[in-house]
This record gives sequence, C-alpha cells and structure tokens, in this order.
Amino acid sequence: MALPVKHELSVIKIGQILTRYPFAATFFENNGIPADSNKEKSLDEYFSTIDETYKEDMAISQEHFTGQLEEYITQMLSFLGDTGTKVDSLTILPGHGKTGEPENFSHLTIKKNEIISIVGPTGSGKSRLLADIEWAAQNDTPTGRSILINNEQPDQKWRYSSSEKLVAQLSQNMNFVMDLSVHEFLELHAESRMISDRKNIIMKIIDQANHLSGETFDTETPITALSGGQSRALMIADTAILSSSPIILIDEIENAGIDRKKALELLISEGKIVLIATHDPILALMGNRRIVIKNGGIEKIIENTDDERSILTEIEIMDKKIQSLRRKLRNGEHLTTID
Amino acid sequence: MNLVTVSGPPSVGKTSVILKTIISLKSRGLKVGVVKFDCLYTDDDVLYEKAGIEVRKGLSGGLCPDHYFVSNIEEVVDWGLGKDFDLLISESAGLCNRCSPYINGINAICVIDNLSGIGTPKKIGPMLKSADIVVITKGDIVSQAEREVFASRVHSVNPKAVILHVNGLTGQGSFELSTLLYKENDHITSLKGKTLRFSMPAALCSYCLGETRIGESYQMGNVRKIDLGKN
Repeated sequence: MALPVKHELSVIKIGQILTRYPFAATFFENNGIPADSNKEKSLDEYFSTIDETYKEDMAISQEHFTGQLEEYITQMLSFLGDTGTKVDSLTILPGHGKTGEPENFSHLTIKKNEIISIVGPTGSGKSRLLADIEWAAQNDTPTGRSILINNEQPDQKWRYSSSEKLVAQLSQNMNFVMDLSVHEFLELHAESRMISDRKNIIMKIIDQANHLSGETFDTETPITALSGGQSRALMIADTAILSSSPIILIDEIENAGIDRKKALELLISEGKIVLIATHDPILALMGNRRIVIKNGGIEKIIENTDDERSILTEIEIMDKKIQSLRRKLRNGEHLTTID
Repeated sequence: MNLVTVSGPPSVGKTSVILKTIISLKSRGLKVGVVKFDCLYTDDDVLYEKAGIEVRKGLSGGLCPDHYFVSNIEEVVDWGLGKDFDLLISESAGLCNRCSPYINGINAICVIDNLSGIGTPKKIGPMLKSADIVVITKGDIVSQAEREVFASRVHSVNPKAVILHVNGLTGQGSFELSTLLYKENDHITSLKGKTLRFSMPAALCSYCLGETRIGESYQMGNVRKIDLGKN
C-alpha cells in the first residue's frame, strides 16, 4: 500500500480513505469525526461544512487532524507490513552497582524459551535491571549497563513505539479493572493488536487458561468476577499468546489455584524469554540459572547444582501434596492422610 | 532555561511522576523549579519543598483554571529565569476534558492513568490529543492486556506522541522520562509571540460575573441551551 500524502488525504473522499486504509475507521471514530455519514465528502469539504462553533467545542482543526491521520496511517502501514522483530536472545553487558563498583560478570545471554530467575532483597535493584532491559539501555542509564538484542545494538523502536515493547509484566498485584466479559475482553485485546484470526486465537487463550487453573470458566463471565486462580490463569495465557512483547517478567506467582509449572511451560512454548523475580524455591529453581542482585548490581549468576535439582524434585512432590489437601478442603471432604 | 508543561486529570499522579523524574534530572546536575497550578487547594508545594525543589503555587479559585494558567505563564517564566533554573516545570490539572493548556514550541506532557477506563482517551480533548509525550501511570495494578489496550487507545487519538509508562510509587520509567525533558538547545528567554496549540474553552455569561439566581431572565452573554428533544 502506498504511503499517504497529507495533501491527497485532504482532497480524496473520506470513503476512499477508508477503502484504501480500512484501519483508519478507528482513528475517525476516536477523534469524533463521523466517517460513515460523510463518505461522499473529502476532508476539505467536510471541514468546510461544519461550523466554527462545533470545531471550537470539539477542539478539532483540519490541520491537526490531517497531520495526525497521516502519521497514524504511516505507522499502521509499517506495523502491518512488519512481521515483527524476532527476538532470539537478550544479552546484558555489565555496568556498576549503586556505589559505582563494577559488576562482576562479562556478559549474560538469555535465549528464547529460557527461564532465568532473579533473586535479591527488596530495594536491591531488581526493578532497575528490568527497566534497563525495557529501555534497551545503551550505557545511558544510572547503572551503565547495555542491552543487546540478537547480539546487536537494539532498534530505537523498543524505546518509543507504543505497540512494540520489549517487556510484558505479570505481577501479584495486578487486577482486571475493565467492565467486560472474558470474551469481550479478549476480543478487545486482539483487536488492538490488529489480529485477523481473532476467533481461533481467543479459543486458544481460553483453552490454555482453563488448562492452567483447572477451574473452567464461562466466556460470558465478567473478568472482574473471576477467582484469583482464574484471573492469573487468564492473564498468563493472554500474555503468552496475545502480547507482542518477547520478554516476560514475572514478579512472583501465587501458588493458589494455578499450575505454575504449566504456566511457565506455556510461556516458553510461545517463544518468550522469561524472567522471574521470586524467592519461592520452586519458582526460583525452575530456571536453569539465577541472577543474584545486591546493592544495585548483579553480584553473580548461579547455575543450578545437582543438589538443587534434586531438592526441586522433592519440593515439587511436597507442593503436589499441599495442592491435593487444598482440593479436598475445597470439595468439602475430610482430610485423612497425606498421600 | 527549558520549559515543560505537564497536565492531566486530577489524581492521576502528576506530582509523583514529576518528583521521581526530578531525582534523575538533579543527578545530572540540572537546577529544576516547579510551578503548581490548581483550583481551590493544593499542598503539593509542600511535597516539592520537602524534596528540596523550589516551587510556587497558583490557585485559580473562581476562575477557569485554564484561563488562569495562560494569563500567568509569562510571569512564571520570568520567575524561573530570575531563579536561573535549567528546567522549569509547570504542573496543572486538567479539570475539564476540553482543557487546552499547551503552547506551540514548548514541550507538552499529558499524564493519564490506566484506571480511568478505555473510553477515556477518546473523551479528552487537546490536553491529550496535542501532547508531545503521554505518560501512563498505575500500570502496576492492572493486567498486561489492559495496559496494551489502553496504550493503543491513546495511540489512536495521538499517534505522534511518545507514550511512556511510569510508576509514580516506585519511579519505574521516570529515569526514561527524564531523558526527554531537557534539551541543550531548547532554551527560551520569553514566551512573547508564542501561541496556544488550541483555543481554550470559552466562557462569558452572567454566571461568570457572579450571578447566582437561576432563570432565563438572568442569563446573558455566551449562553447555550441543552437539546432535550420534543415531548
């Protein structure tokens, strides 16, 4: 599709603009210009028919509107034509801690489908590390770290594009706040991502969410009425499948009502790089490595040991037992033995 | 001196965002001052003072806050120049959705929050649609999907703006914002000759002048009637 030219946008019929760039309908709607009833007019004609008071009331000017429309169309065309940057690896190059001491590692590369945990006390610098990744730091943040994507200096778009962000976040404190049913909500998210095959992708997300929580929900349920486990399951499935961000940061996931192992498997099966900030031993050991943060800097990077791997197997068994007790309590049963 | 105008609906976290951002600006050795515009009351000036930032406040009282802002911004700039600031930040609440506080050629930031509902970007006029930078707050308490949808709605009404997510509590994103606020060659020495990006909401009727009685015979000047249809 040809790029729009501002002058041309002013003189061709609004109907022609919409035929050429169907996605522009949203732009007209959100900016308060009724496109449907003015298809036969050009923008020049439309703006000459509306009176000054209306323009003043709605705070619209032709110059501003057309300029923004041109920008919107240009960006959307490049977004639609772009198959998206495939992120295969993320590399962190060292900077320094809070008091300026250099970080003690040469470089850290995390590949897609990999899980890495981040440990360290509150205030030690976990958020700053995440922010460095999100901003694709180039020795220009307070830590002096640099980030490489696919072993190269990252594109500026990761900083300034509104539709492509490097990092998606899932945290304990997050809630759904929209007044929508599960189906409407997913529909809206898919629409904002310009997904054409919405029906299938929505079904896939619902299937996966049900698989994670084990408590099946109806797609007509308001998202604000889902149980804690169901909400978390839906957030994770949606982020895995619909979010454009290649890196997922998880800030703890509560144990209740969700299969965390399956959740992580889902995320990495969608080609994501997963970072988990946690002190929960099961989650922390699910990655193969962990980053230890101290005093604002990365102090070390630890590989899981054989001892830790066997500890993980043991605590997973304990966890299953606790989950099964929980299930029995929920079903109104007596607890007799731990099996 | 650079000038930045920050605006946004009440309670979105403008002051928190500015306070966190100034920390990064100060660590670059920049001298920053703030002028806070509000309507009836504000104690945000105390917050700025506590953080060691020079601040002045202006309360519009019974006047339209937008009109009050534009009638005073020139004096505010003179004050900032006298204080030898590198960067002067004006903070004002957009109290109606038609607020239009931005000046051509002066960096304009609109702050809105994720909790305000996805219909909100469409409802806010020039304050959002003609901003250079849109800061979205309170992203830590809503889902990833809602953040993405909200940002895409903002983008669809203002595609030219840079959209940043800032957490006013932890300061996440504030360093990044600070890198966009000060430019070596964006200095101003006066606002003379500059214009507003949009005309401000108009008002001039008998109620502007203190009329309190209700009834058609007391209404004079710029009065408009609601259309309720026919019975």
